[in-house]
Amino acid sequence: MATERRTDIGPPDYRRFLPPIVKENYGKWKYHEILKPGVMVHVGESGDKLFTVRASSPRLMSTLGIRRFAELADKYCDGYLRFTSRNNVEFLLTDESNIDPLIADLADIGFPVGGIGNAISNIVHTQGWVHCHSAATDASGVVKAVMDDLIEYFDGTTPLPGKLRIALACCLNMCGAVHCSDIAILGVHRRPPKVKHDQVNKLCEIPNVVASCPTAAIRPTEVDGHPSVEIDEELCMFCANCFSVCPALPMADALNDGISIWVGGKVSNARTEPRFSKLAIPFIENDPPRWPEVVQAVRKIVEVWADNARKYERMGDFIERIGWPRFFEMTGIEFEKEHIDDYKYAGLSYKRTAQLRQ
Amino acid sequence: MAESQRNIPMLEELKKGPWPSFVTQIEEMADEGKEACDQLLDCLNRSYEEKIGHWKHGGIVGVMGYGGGVIGRYNDLQDEYPAIAHFHTLRVNQPSGWFYTSDALRTICDLWDEHGSGLTNMHGSTGDIILLGTTTDELEPTFQALTEHDFDLGGSGSNVRTPSCCVGQARCEWACYDTMDACNDITQEFQDELHRPFFPYKFKFKFAGCANDCVASIARADMSIIGTWRDEIRIDQDAVREYAKDAEEGGRGDALDIQRDVVSNCPTKCMEWDGNELTIDDANCVKCMHCINVMPKALRPGTDTGATILVGAKAPIVEGAQLSSVMVPFVKMEPPYDEIKELAEAIWDFWGEHGKNRERVGELIQRVGMGNFLEEIGLEPIPEMVAHPRDNPYIFFEEYFEAEEEEEEA
Repeated sequence: MATERRTDIGPPDYRRFLPPIVKENYGKWKYHEILKPGVMVHVGESGDKLFTVRASSPRLMSTLGIRRFAELADKYCDGYLRFTSRNNVEFLLTDESNIDPLIADLADIGFPVGGIGNAISNIVHTQGWVHCHSAATDASGVVKAVMDDLIEYFDGTTPLPGKLRIALACCLNMCGAVHCSDIAILGVHRRPPKVKHDQVNKLCEIPNVVASCPTAAIRPTEVDGHPSVEIDEELCMFCANCFSVCPALPMADALNDGISIWVGGKVSNARTEPRFSKLAIPFIENDPPRWPEVVQAVRKIVEVWADNARKYERMGDFIERIGWPRFFEMTGIEFEKEHIDDYKYAGLSYKRTAQLRQ
Repeated sequence: MAESQRNIPMLEELKKGPWPSFVTQIEEMADEGKEACDQLLDCLNRSYEEKIGHWKHGGIVGVMGYGGGVIGRYNDLQDEYPAIAHFHTLRVNQPSGWFYTSDALRTICDLWDEHGSGLTNMHGSTGDIILLGTTTDELEPTFQALTEHDFDLGGSGSNVRTPSCCVGQARCEWACYDTMDACNDITQEFQDELHRPFFPYKFKFKFAGCANDCVASIARADMSIIGTWRDEIRIDQDAVREYAKDAEEGGRGDALDIQRDVVSNCPTKCMEWDGNELTIDDANCVKCMHCINVMPKALRPGTDTGATILVGAKAPIVEGAQLSSVMVPFVKMEPPYDEIKELAEAIWDFWGEHGKNRERVGELIQRVGMGNFLEEIGLEPIPEMVAHPRDNPYIFFEEYFEAEEEEEEA
């Protein structure tokens, strides 16, 4: 190589990628308005107007797909675009008359616009069977099936009382950090690791494996002359942390892996404090390619909320107001033993008051 | 086209419907002649039939001199799918706020077409550009091509993970500090910590311009920096009355009822509306953003702005999920952001010495106790740090007197 090897240069300076109108109005925006589904305008103190068109994305993009976004950015917004924290793509326009032609072009390549304001935005999600070693379900496929079904709430066809954020993680590692979502779809394992006794000592540090278990279910042992580990299956709650540190303890199991559904979390501090999602459905079997039971369960929860929530009321605020018993009744979800916490600090979630709706 | 010979009946079902399909994206690259994408489709279809994944743990792969940024990934059916036998991921540090020019995107596309599968995630969960799938021998050439164009790898493993931020002052009137600059500055400051794993486990920074927290920092970052202000909400009473008029005139189902939709939703009940004027008791406002969110033309955050620093959020593994908790209620956010850097380094010193393998900072705090943690990092305990004082009497008093000592003193 003629040039010296460059390292530790960090990301390119974002200022290189900002449209002139953003540079001129940086830190001096006055207000914004949602003009129609998927379209908003930000107005600067200068009076300048920046229009944003937000489009859907499968997150898993080919270079061909990205090049098409780049072409549209060239055609309508001098080449400037950005992505959002929920993997939508946003085109940044200064000419209002370009909005509708851009939306039409996006429709032609199959990318509906929406997801702004009181709507369901894109589902943040993980890799699933496309690329992950610890997945208990696929990610992209479930997301595709759920969003196909909920498209009316993304594109603004059916208005909603407030924001609704859905996230999917394909195992408890939660690369998608789904634990604070209005609806979380979470892949779960249900079978303790199958120990490959001939490989544990070759691939793993046994003391590390023992220490990795949060419930102390793993003990050193010897099997057929191989130093290995044994697992007290009654103590296993399928977190897969041992598998993360030791590939000889695979967790994935076609018969027992599947999906759980969680509700009522949020990260925003608006009105009420941020909070975790709570368990709604402990287990639904994997049913590829379109996971109809998951799709129906999510739709039912969305509809109960949409029909009954007050304006701006997030899922968790709605459930808190009506009470959990009523939530289970309205959604038709059965309340089971698994719904009651039995991990650390479990008692914090017991109902310790006589204030009940009778 | 090769498409007609492909036998992926399960995945064909996921090309249908209005939402853009990831299968179509992969198939397009396969049609371009990327054999890896062809075999990925076959393998994924098989996963759909068998209901199980076919990827193995990564080994140690990477680029020279870095301990992170590459996720090793191997297929467990290498004889059947040789083109994806190794299918490693590179995490590329995104520019702040995920802004791009079309040329910058094409630069990434060109080098990834040359060196990898042509598949990406825009973006990964932590915020990086994810280049999804290449062979071990292409890692270093991909890295060199990236750095030639001013891109660098992000974090993975037990190091500083790629920091991320909301759109901030670039396009949001609510941003109480320059999130994009702070994110970029901190990322550049900690390049060594980002590329070489020194820590017990990962450490994430996320920068949110206001309490709406569009980057989920309070749920996901070991250090969450959330914009706030300490003076008064700016009110344009005429604009408030305009919102009210909309409601009175009715007609629109989504019209705003200021009493019901704004005042009643205030968490500290610090607002009053007499039908003409909105008054706010700013001393009791907790900067939750609701009233500003729903009347953006009438209300704006104050002008004495900064951020709250919270620490310790994480997903469940290992000891359970946590939200971040308050460390510093208010700090001015100005370059060079020394308060943030010094606090992070103080935490890393203590965590590096006392943290267990795979223990996040939030878990360390729970294990050693928040009070002890504060002493170690040099912060005074203050009531803003707790929802309420302890409600159990098991206090670890650290000193007691002996009778003789008391007498001696007397």
